[in-house]
Amino acid sequence: MSAAVAPVTAGGGPVNGPLHLGDPVLEIRGLCVDYGVGEDAVHAVVDASLTLRRGQVLGLAGESGSGKSTLAYAATRLLREPGVITGGEVLFHSRPNAQSGPNAVTGTADLLDLDEGELQRVRWSEISVVMQSALNALNPVASIGHQITDVLRAHRPDLNRAGRTNRAIELLEMVGITGDRLSSYPHELSGGMRQRAMIAMALALEPQVVIMDEPTTALDVVTQREILEELIRLRDDLGFAALFITHDLSLLIELADEIAVMYAGRLVERAPSESLFRAPRHPYTHGLLNSFPPMHGERVAMTGITGSPPDLRAIPSGCAFHPRCLHAMDRCSVDEPQLVPLSHGPVPAGRSPREVACWLHDPRSAVPVPEELAQPDPAGPAPDAPAAQQQEGTS
Amino acid sequence: MTETLTDPVAPGTAVPVLEARDLTKHFHVRRGRSRSTVHAVENVSLALPRASVTAVVGESGSGKSTLARMLARIITPTSGQLLLDGKETPTGQRHRQEYAGRVQLVLQDPFASLNPVHSIRYHLTRPLKIHHLADGDLDGAMESLLRRVALDPPARFIDKYPHELSGGQRQRVAIARALAVRPDVLLADEPVSMLDVSIRLGVLNLLADLREKSRLAILYVTHDIASARYLADKIVVMYAGELVESAPSAELTDSPAHPYTQLLLSAAPDPARAEPPSLAGRGTPPSLVSPPSGCRFHPRCPHAMAVCREQRPPSVTVSSGHTAACWLHASDLSPAQAKPIAKEAR
Repeated sequence: MSAAVAPVTAGGGPVNGPLHLGDPVLEIRGLCVDYGVGEDAVHAVVDASLTLRRGQVLGLAGESGSGKSTLAYAATRLLREPGVITGGEVLFHSRPNAQSGPNAVTGTADLLDLDEGELQRVRWSEISVVMQSALNALNPVASIGHQITDVLRAHRPDLNRAGRTNRAIELLEMVGITGDRLSSYPHELSGGMRQRAMIAMALALEPQVVIMDEPTTALDVVTQREILEELIRLRDDLGFAALFITHDLSLLIELADEIAVMYAGRLVERAPSESLFRAPRHPYTHGLLNSFPPMHGERVAMTGITGSPPDLRAIPSGCAFHPRCLHAMDRCSVDEPQLVPLSHGPVPAGRSPREVACWLHDPRSAVPVPEELAQPDPAGPAPDAPAAQQQEGTS
Repeated sequence: MTETLTDPVAPGTAVPVLEARDLTKHFHVRRGRSRSTVHAVENVSLALPRASVTAVVGESGSGKSTLARMLARIITPTSGQLLLDGKETPTGQRHRQEYAGRVQLVLQDPFASLNPVHSIRYHLTRPLKIHHLADGDLDGAMESLLRRVALDPPARFIDKYPHELSGGQRQRVAIARALAVRPDVLLADEPVSMLDVSIRLGVLNLLADLREKSRLAILYVTHDIASARYLADKIVVMYAGELVESAPSAELTDSPAHPYTQLLLSAAPDPARAEPPSLAGRGTPPSLVSPPSGCRFHPRCPHAMAVCREQRPPSVTVSSGHTAACWLHASDLSPAQAKPIAKEAR
């Protein structure tokens, strides 16, 4: 409990430098999640692999039922019954900072192997979660200040009462809420302020990873924009990595450094935001992008994607998207495509190679890639400039 | 007054099917012994011409849903007039059904607006029977309704229950039910916001189709300005219960005249944007119990002048068909009126 006492800065600013930006902090490998067991089990997430890097905002996009929230909750071991993790590993490469407190976990750990005690030390202090509905996630009968100091009391035994209060005020001000709101109850705050308070709480211990599940979906666009600006500023200051889950792909393209797209429990494409927007490779990504009417230019009729997302109890054979796909081939209804790198060129340090799960891009495929799925990638097919030591925030 | 499908008059010039004049709604609320009034909608005038889509865009609490419900006569306006084909509609319960036969409302959540214990057949039978429209051939009428909303073949859907359908299909059933009474006006309150992204366009395209083929006057209430631009012929923007700007949709999004519309557009997600936007007029909408004096946007407005605090802005014509309720576009302001006011003084 009280072995190595880390240096303590009561209410201090960010301690971590930009040293490790771009290094993997959370690696999800082959994660499989079922709801229920046995024959009737629904495969909500199938063989998902993702790498979250320090200082990066990784967007996870998908429609309802695509498994995006399940993936995040499984990776943080917050998954509830009847959800069962049936395979994979979630490697957390921890490099705690001073705000983590004396009990911080160091080194690499598989979150799926940790026991409750170890999990407790990781949760919130190193990996925190911001839920969609702040009204449900906040305790309605406790003041905001009480809820923030509660976190500090549990994880920061080195802080006394006054220290906790000071830190709580500092956190609220960090997200743009005045310190006098400390004694407010959740119902006394607007939706936007509640969501800001949630973010303040998630950042209370300066975690290395913040997972956000539709944090701004219930908010109006102006408030949403303000909170996202705040989030990016905090990311730049504190250097945490964020996994941002939303159905709003148009928002993610502006916000995230890299985007992973999920469909029917599978990751179907992963690419830097700009590449994904300008040069999607998966027909589903292309269809999804074409489901958001543009804000400029000629108004033209758009079609979106025909059909609707599949029922997870009856996933189509082969590629789950093939019944809705305009380019489906015979093979698509038989073999399931795997998420594989698109090019085999060198990848700059601190980046992951671009990946897609689609037979159209199989080098052995005789069918030419449709034009709309072969637009030139703004990042280049085989990016040069190797060994860029740090990846700057692209906000 | 009967209109034929070959009506040569262009939309906009004819008498609108439904017109609202100075609609106002004040909700009286009581909390304990204190009474207060929520000024939900204030003096909104709006015309819905045949064969056109008018979008109402606003944030939550802007009064856009209250407006739609007043147009559907679910909420009785505090003051103002509703004109159907240019004639004032008789009030009172007796005329309700007659009005509902002309003006139909489709709600946001098809889970809530369809009864889970009844089949699609039941949902479509009800309006046909109540309005005596089936002429003996109920099944035929229902089948053609389902075809109109692209639920084809109808036999596959007619005996299903709401939970057996996807969200998009459910919303199509809700639209089919509204179409059953052969209305002239369709009021759609956030019809796609609960649906999955990939199927939203399908429902929007269905509304566009109903505008073209059935020449319906459609009101599309939404918070999503990009979808309003896609579907609507005209967009009106509401802020804190007031109508602040109205223009043809491409013009409104390309050259917004009201500072609030500019703020909304800068905050909306836009993947094609190169630089992060700068928001002018941050903050949240005011309390509608004691709304700000003058222009309700003035406490947030980056261009607020002395006059904005004192007088309600007039509706100023910026260009043909484009109006903005903003003093910035008024011509004859005195220097004292046009004096900028500091943020703290508002």
